[in-house]
Amino acid sequence: MLNFNLKYLCVCMCYMCGGFVLWGQFSYIWGLFCVFVTLIGHNKMGHGTKAHHHEHHHIQAPNKEDVSNLSEGERMELSHSIRVYCIILVKPKDLGNWAAVKETWSKHCDKAEFYSSENVKVFDSVVLNTNDMWVMVRNAYKLAYERYKDEYNWFFLAHPTTFAVIENLKYFLLKKDPSQPFYIGHTVKSGELEYVDDDGGIVLSIESLKRLSKIFEDPDKCPEQGGLLWKLSEDKQLAVCLKYTGVLAENAEDSEGKDVFNTKSVGSLIKEAMANHPQQVVEGCCSDTAITFNGLAPNHMHVMMYGVYRLRAYGHNFKDLPLLPKGSLVDSISSFNINKGVKGKVE
Amino acid sequence: MLHTQVSGFKESLPSPVQTVPAKLPCNLPRSILPSPCCITSTHTVFRETIKNIPTSSHTLPPYLSWGVEYPSGAAFGAGLLASSHRSPDNATAAELYSKVRILCWVMTGPSNLETKARHVRATWTRHCNVVLFMSSVRDDGFPTVGLDTKEGRDQLYWKTIRAFQYVHQHHLEQADWFLKADDDTFVVLDNLRWLLANHTPEEPVYFGKRFKPYAKQGFMSGGAGYVLSKEALRRFVEGFRTQVCTHTTSLEDVALGQCMEKMGVQAGDSRDAARRETFHPFGPESHLTGKFSKSFWYWKYCYYPIVEGPQCCSDLAISFHYVSPELMYTLEFLTYHLRAYGYRYRYQPPLPENAARLLQRQAQPKAANATLLVQGTKIL
Repeated sequence: MLNFNLKYLCVCMCYMCGGFVLWGQFSYIWGLFCVFVTLIGHNKMGHGTKAHHHEHHHIQAPNKEDVSNLSEGERMELSHSIRVYCIILVKPKDLGNWAAVKETWSKHCDKAEFYSSENVKVFDSVVLNTNDMWVMVRNAYKLAYERYKDEYNWFFLAHPTTFAVIENLKYFLLKKDPSQPFYIGHTVKSGELEYVDDDGGIVLSIESLKRLSKIFEDPDKCPEQGGLLWKLSEDKQLAVCLKYTGVLAENAEDSEGKDVFNTKSVGSLIKEAMANHPQQVVEGCCSDTAITFNGLAPNHMHVMMYGVYRLRAYGHNFKDLPLLPKGSLVDSISSFNINKGVKGKVE
Repeated sequence: MLHTQVSGFKESLPSPVQTVPAKLPCNLPRSILPSPCCITSTHTVFRETIKNIPTSSHTLPPYLSWGVEYPSGAAFGAGLLASSHRSPDNATAAELYSKVRILCWVMTGPSNLETKARHVRATWTRHCNVVLFMSSVRDDGFPTVGLDTKEGRDQLYWKTIRAFQYVHQHHLEQADWFLKADDDTFVVLDNLRWLLANHTPEEPVYFGKRFKPYAKQGFMSGGAGYVLSKEALRRFVEGFRTQVCTHTTSLEDVALGQCMEKMGVQAGDSRDAARRETFHPFGPESHLTGKFSKSFWYWKYCYYPIVEGPQCCSDLAISFHYVSPELMYTLEFLTYHLRAYGYRYRYQPPLPENAARLLQRQAQPKAANATLLVQGTKIL
């Protein structure tokens, strides 16, 4: 809403100035007219966005048929071709979560790197030398593109409080062409801007990242230091920059329409389900092929690893078609061994 | 009655009278207990209509159909399984359900019905063949069986004795195995069937989280849940009839363990093929990430060596304890729903001979062939 005010205010200022030059004493009338139009227009826009022009973009996981129609060879080839690079933005205060992410789900990325605001002795990281979150996001994407544009075709950005199931991400991306501009996650609408909430993780195809890198060079459209008069949150700012390149956010859902990127933890979503639909708590809570949850403490990451990759009910078989080759050495379980401990300070 | 000393567990085991049983009070300091010790629920409670689905109540005398839920109708219908349009393959689970029949009775009380027992009923007990909620007082609405005792920790063994006697009297033929659990225990029935498929109900045996003290063969933790074979149940009831077993102490699990030993019922080994525990006396977070202080009683109690970290717990875990209502649903979701698509589990348990016979399948050679990649305490 506020973004709009700014835009139209500027337009109005222009009119007023122009009016003054052109029409002399009538400029004030013209100016008032401008303001009037802005306010009306804005209100209309506000309502319109909610009721009629709801351009909430949805994007779905593949159907069972999509996958089963492929031959085993095709399926393997496809899943091999999906190479995910993970960017985890960290700060020294996140050390406990950093360690947990490092030990757990990030091992399932084809490559995972930690981009830190400042150097930390205990862990290796790409040091960004800034505390500003937008600057961190910007520079992380820039660096990731420069170094890895030829090696990975999907880029996943997360915070250390996020837990991700990369296998479910790959399944989701199975039939999506990375040379198309994808910008996927848990979306939120703010006025006319639809953006991916970075709490749930952000997925960019290589094409989107390419375009993003380009627009980084345009300080008017995508400034380094954030918004003009007031700062946007980093996820909104990213959406603004991407929008200039023609890339729009899409809300990712499974074949039942459930969100696969979650900005809350399983526990929080279960609590909400207990309050909102107590008869269908488990069935209605979350997607079976969820990709992310957020707001997890380090211990919870280990519980999630156990819950996702190990704990199951004997005799219940989902009949998923295998996407990884047999004998894959993907680390299934957290190798976090409490007896060994982690060197350095871990909260 | 419970151990109320705040500091300093003695090096030698305390005698039964003043001991710490498997259940822990919440007022012990965190330095002694792993967290969380006990969990209280804070969510708002909604009134629900009770759905009691007795399948053949019209053929049973009134006292038999009352207070009992037979989830068998719902168990493999749309209600329990993951959404049917994804059609997961539950044929094995369904087979085991009919071949390894388990009656679950849940120890609860009037003040816990709306706050705890309700959520147990909405989650894991749907997978039992028969489920009963045992309370001191009969409640036709929930429904619960009334054991005609008082409430309180000192009543636990009385409730247990009465509950098993009730089950023996009214439901003996409806199941092969008889599980006792608390209203803060979470149980994965399918994994329990997996364990029990390797035995027969005529064996005098019972399974649970095995503790060392107070009985030569040890006893099973009450909070982690334990399951008796039909023969074990018969002997338990017989023991009380002949006064070989009496109410010795209110520590229900210790007392039951001692009775079992007297009646020649074997304390079974419930660990999986990789020797990992399946019944757990604490919650998953405690076992997977907690570090138990060396002075903690747990170290001296466990019959088998304690493993800390991820190898604490079998993939086919059977139970967890101190589970809050929210965690009940969460565990149900993690067990039956959330997964990594296309991922092949590392632990592929072998099919033991007896289970193969039950399911009329080809048995695989024993554990030697298990496709495990476990090296000591380091997990791969």
